[in-house]
Amino acid sequence: MKKYLAHVAQRLPASGAHEFFNLVSSMDNVISLGVGEPDFPTPWVMRESAIYSLEQGQTMYTSNLGIFELRQELSHYMSKNMSLNYSPATEILMTVGASEAIDLALRSLVEPGDAVLVADPSYASYSACAALAGAEVRCVPLREENDFRLQEEDLQKAYTSNCKVLILSYPNNPTGAIMERDDLLPIARFISENDLIVISDEIYSDLTYEGAHQPFAALPYMRNRTLHVGGFSKAYAMTGWRIGYACGPEELIDTMARIHQYTIMCAPIAAQIAALEGLRSGDMAKQEMIMEYDRRRRIMVNGFREMGLTCFEPRGALYAFPNISVTGLSSEHFAEELVKQQNVAVVPGTVFGSCGEGHIRCSYACATDVLKEALERMSRFVSQFDIG
Amino acid sequence: MLLSEDDRRLLRILSEDTRITPEELSLQTNLSVDYITKKIKQWEKEKIIAKYSLLINWEQLDTDRVTALIDVKINPQRGHGYDKIAKRFQRFPEIQSVFLLSGNSDLCLVIEGRNMHEVAQFVSDKLSPLELVESTSTRFILRRYKEDGVEFFGEEKGPERLMFTP
Repeated sequence: MKKYLAHVAQRLPASGAHEFFNLVSSMDNVISLGVGEPDFPTPWVMRESAIYSLEQGQTMYTSNLGIFELRQELSHYMSKNMSLNYSPATEILMTVGASEAIDLALRSLVEPGDAVLVADPSYASYSACAALAGAEVRCVPLREENDFRLQEEDLQKAYTSNCKVLILSYPNNPTGAIMERDDLLPIARFISENDLIVISDEIYSDLTYEGAHQPFAALPYMRNRTLHVGGFSKAYAMTGWRIGYACGPEELIDTMARIHQYTIMCAPIAAQIAALEGLRSGDMAKQEMIMEYDRRRRIMVNGFREMGLTCFEPRGALYAFPNISVTGLSSEHFAEELVKQQNVAVVPGTVFGSCGEGHIRCSYACATDVLKEALERMSRFVSQFDIG
Repeated sequence: MLLSEDDRRLLRILSEDTRITPEELSLQTNLSVDYITKKIKQWEKEKIIAKYSLLINWEQLDTDRVTALIDVKINPQRGHGYDKIAKRFQRFPEIQSVFLLSGNSDLCLVIEGRNMHEVAQFVSDKLSPLELVESTSTRFILRRYKEDGVEFFGEEKGPERLMFTP
């Protein structure tokens, strides 16, 4: 069969640390800090509205772009929370998770020979989707000494004249970093000067714990150069429903919608109905979850620092990204030994790119007592190394 | 009294876990231990923190215990409204809670006893004869599904979470 398989698909890595993940899956009683999704179920008001819609027989296709009321409500949300105005009729597309939006955007923008700038470390799908779209992937390092904020000079170094797109993602998975307006302005200038398009994955925008989230498209002259990608998975705990969206210039949304129409048809109707209810009445439940994550974030970061690891202060998303290089182990070796010795699973930083070496990604989307137990076990593990 | 966002957060965390230490609270909120200790003392003094209580799931224990909700219609007193009779009710140790309501009845009392007979006896002996009480209607709680935000019958266990997701 192998000879029939497309080269581009064959070259995709199965996952960054395949053997390690297999090892963990074969073990019992493991506390996992490796999960990139909320531990809460979707707020009941949203689940209830989907259940009611099923009882009423609402099981059909929707418009390719998504239910109009949902796009309208999303348009209000974007205007109120992001100071961005998008027409619900032509500039918003509901997708099967934010991941589909990124795939559609890359396929709409990239032609063979084009290059896509992707931060390293970052969510593994960006490079994979760019490669599938036929792009050359050019990595831009994010550095701990810059609080993992993208720097113009690093962009400049990675830039080549065939670059067309930058994928930006703040609040950031895996580092938990955010970028504020002053950090983003030089990036916006670079985008204008080099005539680039930005796919800004802001799926974690509501999970910003300190300061206000700065949408990239709201920066001067960036609206028409930016595709804003968002979704309900993280803030509304809807990962399994697969519901996301893209907001952007009409021509781009129209092209994405054409690919979406032929490949997906529409996002699942029940998920769209639950998302609509979330926008209308899920705010309180969302805020409660955010407050809970904030508490756990502090517990986790403090735990790492007490055990002698340096941990950059994550101000968004669901993750801490402590530096484990003082132990002398590589990220993958650290994660492997930790799970073998103490039954705690974390994700090696290298899963997110080679610049993630020396770090592990730990999710605080788990109950406080579980989190504390995991930190105690990690502390016992780390104490065997002479880290002064 | 207007609450600051920080204070609201403190009270919220405390109401979920009354055993939490000021040090732990400080870590979780980024407020100083000093500030937290002072605030808690002040709230205790002002009875804003009225009691540190425990929620027991009696459903799981084989004990003699019943709870009744008594809807009471009152002839309000000139110049006193419902306050005088409500204050009288609240002195009975059998009465756990006293609420003034809108709607058909005026006051709602929550009464606990060892059995239905004991509660019925209390209502007929102590409450109904009171001059201001026009009528009572007793409803017994048969099963507690949720109390103080805690679900006693949790959701069925769904499929397990994956160990890793991107």
